[in-house]
Amino acid sequence: MSSTESATMSASAPAAKGRVLVQIRDLAKNYRRGAETVHVFEGVNLDIHEGEYLALMGPSGSGKSTLLNILAGLDKPDRGKVVVDGKDVTAMNSRQLAAWRSTHIGFIFQFYNLLPVLTAAQNVELPLLLTNLGKKQRREHVMHALDVVGLSDRTEHFPKQLSGGQQQRVGIARAIVSDPTIILGDEPTGDLDSVSGDEILTLLERLNREFKKTILLVTHDAHAAERAQAIMRMDKGVLSR
Amino acid sequence: MTTTGLVWANLRRNKKRTILTMLSVMVAFFLFGVLRSVITTLDAATEVGSEGRLISSSASGITFLLPEAHANRLAAVDGVSSVSWANWFGAYYRDPNDFFAQFAIKADTYIPMYPEIVITAGSMDDFMRERNAAIVGVGLLRKFGWQVGQKVTLTGTFAAGDWDFNIRAAYDPPDPAFGDELMFFHYEYFWEGTNRQVTPGWFVMTLEEPDRAAEVASTIDAMFKSSVAPTKTQTEKAFNAGFVTMWGNIGFLVSAIGTAVFFAILFVSANTMMMAVRERIGEIAVLKTVGFGDRLIFGLVLAESMLISVLGGALGLFLARGAFAGRNALNAFFPGFGVTGGTIALGLAMALALGVVSGAVPAFQSARLSVASALRQVG
Ligand SMILES: Nc1ncnc2c1ncn2[C@@H]1O[C@H](COP(=O)(O)OP(=O)(O)O)[C@@H](O)[C@H]1O
Ligand SMILES: [Mg+2]
Repeated sequence: MSSTESATMSASAPAAKGRVLVQIRDLAKNYRRGAETVHVFEGVNLDIHEGEYLALMGPSGSGKSTLLNILAGLDKPDRGKVVVDGKDVTAMNSRQLAAWRSTHIGFIFQFYNLLPVLTAAQNVELPLLLTNLGKKQRREHVMHALDVVGLSDRTEHFPKQLSGGQQQRVGIARAIVSDPTIILGDEPTGDLDSVSGDEILTLLERLNREFKKTILLVTHDAHAAERAQAIMRMDKGVLSR
Repeated sequence: MTTTGLVWANLRRNKKRTILTMLSVMVAFFLFGVLRSVITTLDAATEVGSEGRLISSSASGITFLLPEAHANRLAAVDGVSSVSWANWFGAYYRDPNDFFAQFAIKADTYIPMYPEIVITAGSMDDFMRERNAAIVGVGLLRKFGWQVGQKVTLTGTFAAGDWDFNIRAAYDPPDPAFGDELMFFHYEYFWEGTNRQVTPGWFVMTLEEPDRAAEVASTIDAMFKSSVAPTKTQTEKAFNAGFVTMWGNIGFLVSAIGTAVFFAILFVSANTMMMAVRERIGEIAVLKTVGFGDRLIFGLVLAESMLISVLGGALGLFLARGAFAGRNALNAFFPGFGVTGGTIALGLAMALALGVVSGAVPAFQSARLSVASALRQVG
């Protein structure tokens, strides 16, 4: 299927689906690098349903991160629309986006990206600093999130006192602590050994099954992608199944 | 944790750098406190001296002498109620570097003109009776460990030789700007000790009506205009201010140094903040990703920069105040030298400004940072 076709891509069989949570329509993104223009993708369409766990594969430079960033409101498309849970993300200004991200997006980075000066618990608490929650409530949410990722006994550790896999689990706790609408992972296992990577994948599966989290996982590891319910491919700016 | 906690955590990230920067700011503001106090003390000195007393010195300059015979003609001027005179001595006690001022005064007429000389130990009568008696400021007693009744020997510079004095009284001025490290002794002793070579350095006059000071002054100068020793007559306040204007170049120098220090420290702390932010691009991107708005990011960086400046600045300023509280080494040159509340307030305002200016650019850059490209940079 070509991305320029008007038919909207759907990831899995209609019977298993919840309501449409994310609608991506006719999305185009170019980067200008000096005089030349890099066409990352054009006319991308995608629906993500509530409770879905999608993997997005593709070679390096194919535009996976760009798509994820636009979906998270971290980057602006040149054309097209992204609607998440009824809200047009592409129409929001940067201040609205920041507030929206804090409640709707849980982002997991490849390199964990924890703040080295903060403990595991403090790192997880960061998104909650923007809420009205009191200190005690914040603490409860943080402890619950760390419990889900299996790090209840490492709350006061600093990132450098944790292994790569543990750091990534803190990163996941931070992504889920504010109970976001959707979890986006940009190659979260890319920097881990296979055992740690497996643990992370198991954790994501659990988040999807047990906690009904909607997940979009970018990876170029076929083994990782297979753990998702469906696999999308991005190649040369074209999104396909 | 809170957002304030986040600022503190960031400050602790590179403790050595934070402390070094804070110390630099501290030293700079210590210097600022001291330098500005030189100016405020000089300014205060221009306020010392009475509007009601006139000083006649040589029109050729304050280092030229005047004939004693001027005294009688001054006393005859309409509006002048009393006349006295004085001169500098310029001697030292043991160490030539231990500067303090001594004045040879025509005591019987001089003392009544100066209510500032409040005797707190010994007695004026004892001083008056004895040819080589001296009155010294309480500051000098403390500085040299002198006591009333003690004999001290000073070494003259231009009036060479050893000069013996008996301390017969000590004074403590109500206004510290008058100075409490002065010494007064009898003009007659000075005159005879120099083989009657030295004559008055200046005349002091009190007026019947202080309002007529300008008029009386011009009468006096006109009277001596074609004499062997023409005069320049002005109020004592203007006379003192004249000395301070001699220091005026120092005032300018001090401001120049202060400004240079301020800009030097601006570059130091701006550089610190640039570095702090540059190595944190990924973290700022993360904060933005989890929903920290541009303003909050701007505020976090600015708060960090302001904390460094204000803490460092306050430390330096209060250190300067503490170091020059009460008596201090600078009193001999700048009577009443001290760091004023105004200097502290100005210093703190400057520290605040320093924090804002040095943090503004990195704070702005952080706020404007594009998450997508930042994450690309750090991987
Ligand atoms: N800020 C940018 N400026 C210029 N080109 C960019 C920028 N961001 C991404 N690109 C280009 O866009 C293409 C897609 O990048 P990306 O989305 O990171 O790919 P992927 O995540 O699939 O590896 C690449 O060719 C990349 O060089
Ligand atoms: Mg990528």
